[in-house]
Amino acid sequence: MSHNKRSNEPFLWLLFSAGGVVAAMVIPIHLLLFGLAFPLGWLNPPSYQSLADLLHNPVTRLYLFVVCTLSLFHWAHRFRYTLYDGLQIKHLNELINTFCYGGAIVGTVVAGYLLWSL
Amino acid sequence: MNAPTEYLPKSYRTRVSTYWWLHRWPYLKFILRELSSVFVAWFVILTLLQVSAIAGGAAGYAQFQEWLQNPIVILLNLVSFLFVLLHAVTWFNLAPKAMAVRMGGKRVPDLLIAGPNYVAWAVVSAAVAWIVLRG
Amino acid sequence: MEVTRYHPGRDAEPGLQSYEVPLRKEWVVLDALNYVKDKLDGSLTFRWSCRMGVCGSCGMMVNGEPKLTCATFLTDYAPGPVRVEPMRNFPILRDLVVDASDFLVKLTKSKPWIIRKEEKPIAEGEYLQTPEQLDTYKQFSMCINCLLCYAACPVYGLDPLFSGPAALALAQRYNMDSRDQGTDERLDILSQHDGIWGCTFVGDCTRVCPKHVDPAGAIQQYKLTATKEWVKSFLMPWGGK
Repeated sequence: MSHNKRSNEPFLWLLFSAGGVVAAMVIPIHLLLFGLAFPLGWLNPPSYQSLADLLHNPVTRLYLFVVCTLSLFHWAHRFRYTLYDGLQIKHLNELINTFCYGGAIVGTVVAGYLLWSL
Repeated sequence: MNAPTEYLPKSYRTRVSTYWWLHRWPYLKFILRELSSVFVAWFVILTLLQVSAIAGGAAGYAQFQEWLQNPIVILLNLVSFLFVLLHAVTWFNLAPKAMAVRMGGKRVPDLLIAGPNYVAWAVVSAAVAWIVLRG
Repeated sequence: MEVTRYHPGRDAEPGLQSYEVPLRKEWVVLDALNYVKDKLDGSLTFRWSCRMGVCGSCGMMVNGEPKLTCATFLTDYAPGPVRVEPMRNFPILRDLVVDASDFLVKLTKSKPWIIRKEEKPIAEGEYLQTPEQLDTYKQFSMCINCLLCYAACPVYGLDPLFSGPAALALAQRYNMDSRDQGTDERLDILSQHDGIWGCTFVGDCTRVCPKHVDPAGAIQQYKLTATKEWVKSFLMPWGGK
């Protein structure tokens, strides 16, 4: 049997890295459009109907699910270490792990529920 | 200060300040990069709210759009956008360090790995914008 | 010049002492320290040896930055004062001398030597290596154990159990050596929480390294290797090693 079987760090790091790539690739444009360009009137927002149609496409739903899930696990991993080192509270690691990864899992379930129940 | 023993000389240990990341610019840059993850998480929340608003019908979505025009929400999204940009740029720049690709016996220069990442970023962004704005 | 003074038998904690040193164009910080020791105060204690950036013994904090004092020119800090302190994150033994025992223990844990499953008899000659194979790890083999990377690493400062940049970079140096077969053996030790996974890629170790070793890059590459191994053992749990 192979080593580091007990350690799940490689798995978490894989999720972190995948999430990092996805977040870097797509979040800036999403935020620019929906968070700034449309509300500030720089661009005409798409109609409700076109967005609703887009959202009913299974590909869009799968895309959003993947983006949300991986981004959350990216956050969980990074934020865990930021709390450890930035505030020097590594002794609370069980609480921090539960909060970060638990948060990511809850977010995944919510995202899955929302996107599937459309 | 430790308790000296026969084998361990007396020495002085400095404690790391809680605000160590404020003391030097490279550390501050690091902590800002790490904090970008919080805004990544905020984006996910925002997106899920949007999905649920769209699912709730046209009236609900109009209300959501109005909420997005709230100055506080705009400010938050502006800050988030800047942090997410920081994440993207640092991520693409550091990727070549982690992936030492070798071709023809030589290590591929960092720029040749980061470059395609930036091209892909531009293409993906354009594709997302096109799909959203088409409607 | 402001220099940290600490006498373990006398002082409760380290303090700064000022000295006037001449500013000469070709002088490095180490020259100024030697001037103090020769002319002003013979009790000032610091480590140095080669004066040419090879031995790795004269690392100190110069104005808060980890530096080899033999390669740091005084004129860059003119008109002064320039502050010289012992390397951060290490226990201070006396004045500018720190206790590096912790690093030596960790270095041994990384097994920075060539491991063979079976040594071949000397009569069969050397283990040969092509220039390309040498090139894959050469950068990581330039380390002079000066410990500037440890002084720069906030993770090491916060968690003294963390293996730290140089020890992990040297482990990776042997992992990438075509003559070595000890990758698995090292991975068992270094894929623990206080090994590679402790690193958060601050990257300051790489910035301060006087030999351009890039320990931060080495550790990320190591994480990638460990993750590949993990995926392999996950997909093929029967593929025993």
